[in-house]
Amino acid sequence: MADFDRESMLDMFIFEMNQLVEQLENTIVQSESEYNIDQINEIFRVMHTIKGSCAMMLYDNIAAVGHAIEDLFYYLREENPKNLDFKTLSDHVLEGADFVKAELGKISNGQTSDGDGSVLIKHIGNFLKAIKAGTPVQTPAPPPVAPTAVATSPPPAPQKSEPPVTKAAPAASKAVKAAPAPAQTEAKSELEEGDMMYQYKAMIYFQDGCEMENIRAYTLVHNLQDIAQDITHTPKDVIDEATIELIRQNGFEIEFTSDLDYARVNNHLSQTVYLRELNLMELGTTMTTVKMPHDLPPVTEAPITEIEPSVEPEEIEAIKSPVTANEDAIKKAAAAAATPAAPTTTNLINVSIKKLDDLLNLMGELVISEATVTQNSELKGLPLDNFYKEARTLQKIIGNLQQTVMSMRLVPLSNTFFKMNRIVRDMCRQLEKDVHLEIIGEDTEVDKKIIEHIGDPIMHIIRNSIDHGVEMPVDREKTGKPRKAKVILEAKQAGGDVLIIIKDDGRGINTEKVLRKARENGLTTKADHEYTEREIQQFIFLPGFSTNDTVTNFSGRGVGMDVVVKNLEICGGTALVDSTPGIGTTFTLKIPLTLAIIEGMSVSVGGAQYTIPIVNIQKSFKATKDKLFTDPNGNEMVSERGEIFNVVRMHEFFHIQGAVTNIEDGTLMMLENGDQVICLLVDFLIGQQQAVVKPMPKYFKRVQGISGCTLLGNGDVSIIVDVPGFFDK
Amino acid sequence: MDQEMNMESRVDDMIKDQYLTFAIENEDYGVEIANVKEIVGMDAITKVPEMPDFIEGIFNLRGELIGVLDVRKRFGIPSKEHDEETCIIVIIGDRIQEGLGKLGLIVDAVRETVIIPDDKKLPPPNARLRNINQFIRNIGHVGDDIKLLMDLEKFLAQD
Repeated sequence: MADFDRESMLDMFIFEMNQLVEQLENTIVQSESEYNIDQINEIFRVMHTIKGSCAMMLYDNIAAVGHAIEDLFYYLREENPKNLDFKTLSDHVLEGADFVKAELGKISNGQTSDGDGSVLIKHIGNFLKAIKAGTPVQTPAPPPVAPTAVATSPPPAPQKSEPPVTKAAPAASKAVKAAPAPAQTEAKSELEEGDMMYQYKAMIYFQDGCEMENIRAYTLVHNLQDIAQDITHTPKDVIDEATIELIRQNGFEIEFTSDLDYARVNNHLSQTVYLRELNLMELGTTMTTVKMPHDLPPVTEAPITEIEPSVEPEEIEAIKSPVTANEDAIKKAAAAAATPAAPTTTNLINVSIKKLDDLLNLMGELVISEATVTQNSELKGLPLDNFYKEARTLQKIIGNLQQTVMSMRLVPLSNTFFKMNRIVRDMCRQLEKDVHLEIIGEDTEVDKKIIEHIGDPIMHIIRNSIDHGVEMPVDREKTGKPRKAKVILEAKQAGGDVLIIIKDDGRGINTEKVLRKARENGLTTKADHEYTEREIQQFIFLPGFSTNDTVTNFSGRGVGMDVVVKNLEICGGTALVDSTPGIGTTFTLKIPLTLAIIEGMSVSVGGAQYTIPIVNIQKSFKATKDKLFTDPNGNEMVSERGEIFNVVRMHEFFHIQGAVTNIEDGTLMMLENGDQVICLLVDFLIGQQQAVVKPMPKYFKRVQGISGCTLLGNGDVSIIVDVPGFFDK
Repeated sequence: MDQEMNMESRVDDMIKDQYLTFAIENEDYGVEIANVKEIVGMDAITKVPEMPDFIEGIFNLRGELIGVLDVRKRFGIPSKEHDEETCIIVIIGDRIQEGLGKLGLIVDAVRETVIIPDDKKLPPPNARLRNINQFIRNIGHVGDDIKLLMDLEKFLAQD
């Protein structure tokens, strides 16, 4: 257990750090104009954790930045200075967060973290000095005494004093852990050694993520038996894995008597492997706190780091073996538990998307295999009532399992949405605009894969809205609008789609200007007066289109809206814009709820199976000759319930051989795409089924009207039809 | 031809110069074994509309959907009825071009694996009499037999 598996820890480290940085950004952006004490505490805690973890992973450059910000907030927390320049403060912290992010990026790409944070640290240091100068109340800086590592043999008195920065650390981690006892700073003055029996109480905290806390506790008690008697501990049953969480949260409490003096007992206990914090007190009298070296500045000499576990390895193995099977589960739990997140997320675990993809594939195979077994042709005609009864149960279980697997891939949009706060904030600072971002429906869930592609489009649209749409505060007042502009970011579910709506109350799109630009770039295909407002507005989605004459930091290069469309296409979504001059602009992104599964109708055309997403189907019907007619251009039309629709022959569209060519003999599927409707001719319907969507093999070029393929219950492959594709051609 | 031959890329060195040979019409061809994932028997293949004619369609390899090419059609040789010898060689397209995934090649029959060291490989004649030439990188000699060693990169290239 002494070996230190850095690789596997690195993943957890990066994940944890990213969460912390996100949390940090959110806290800052939420409360930029003024921090309350809770937020200062929170930032302090986050920075402390970042510093600690980075120091532990030996990323001293990141730790140093974390340290500087922690110092700053330590001061704010303790002194609560007045007239603080919160804007500059936020800038510094966000710079710090950016630095950490950049370094994390390098680390996760396998590069060395070589960023130099010294300039940043200097800025923060100067800022802190400035605050200190501005406030008369000065801190009595604690006397700088070398940190107390655990002394070897019985030293007279363990001094209680740590360098000023780390002094706050135990308190902070305690706040997280909600440990009962506040740190006492009293030094233990005298110690005697003799035949006397001392009664002790020790609180032990293990390092976050060290895992198998219960076994460690057991080992600890076991070792203690050599020097102590009357040992009692809480939680009592350490072999039970359920206690892991308790120990993690509340620490491990031991009471015992020993004839050894305080220092020796302290020394003995602090040799525990993966010890993070030890509070040992002689009951009723004193208590001291020993911090383990990884929380101290990296320069500290740390005699204990080399200490090997004092227990025989075999013994550990013996204890370990019953739990090894659960180790993975524990690891995951540890990863989740190690993440300081809002209480609502504490019982979540993090699984790699790859594993979920694998699970989904296996699920698909299971469904198919189930079908091939229960519908096996060799069973035909056999009297197997019981078999079929059991088979139905199996089918039901597999069905439920499939639903569960599917739902596992859905994640709320909240993270993606909250990230936008930072973007809005940064832009407002730079462009000197005043914008409030309102977020609605952030708990709407979409497929994880889609989330990956939706962040950029939202960001580009918001940038666009603030840069182009929202006016300067002065101009807004002139036109009678409130000074503070409002951008609404909303998500809602509509059928099988999720709508993401980004609405601003800015000046709207200047259609004249857009049309002029479009004409200049040769994008127009008909006379100006033939374009409707709505059609003109859609020009902004074309590649390279920008009406901004100057390139700003945020937009004007004409790539933004293009990215929106590209990214949306990947996840099968579409973008619409609707704008009213002077009132504002609304962007609507329509994305499918999940890429992984659709409810589909299987149809046959020319002997091959195709799957049409149910969400696009209004109905299907047979047409009779008197309802069919053709216009002089050869466009076929059908009249159904008093309305006329275009007929699209699927076999002609895809050039499929051997299909039904007489409309009366086939079936017409009424398909909708937005407000347009067509009737698609297919040979016949096969039936409705859930389809696991798989991408087309990459070797195949993209075909308009095809979005992927799917496996059917009998193992056959069916092509998934992309209904919007029929409308563009 | 149901057995599978799993060849992982990590044994590259071991299988250098090893070729899997297969028959098309009257000739034997070879592909580097490092590029071969497995060999499977013919299965139902779903046609995909609007594809070049040498793309046969998609087939289901134990839950994985794989694109299949007909080697005959790619070579411009008239196709023949599939029989019990016809099979699909699953190649690791990623090794030829990143992101291709796996691809299936329909061949008349699979022959054997042979070792053809560099000194037994000759360049093809430079006269381009048939369009087949462009897919052949080398001519390999195994005893008295000739194996046409394929250039998969060119074979898979689509214009």
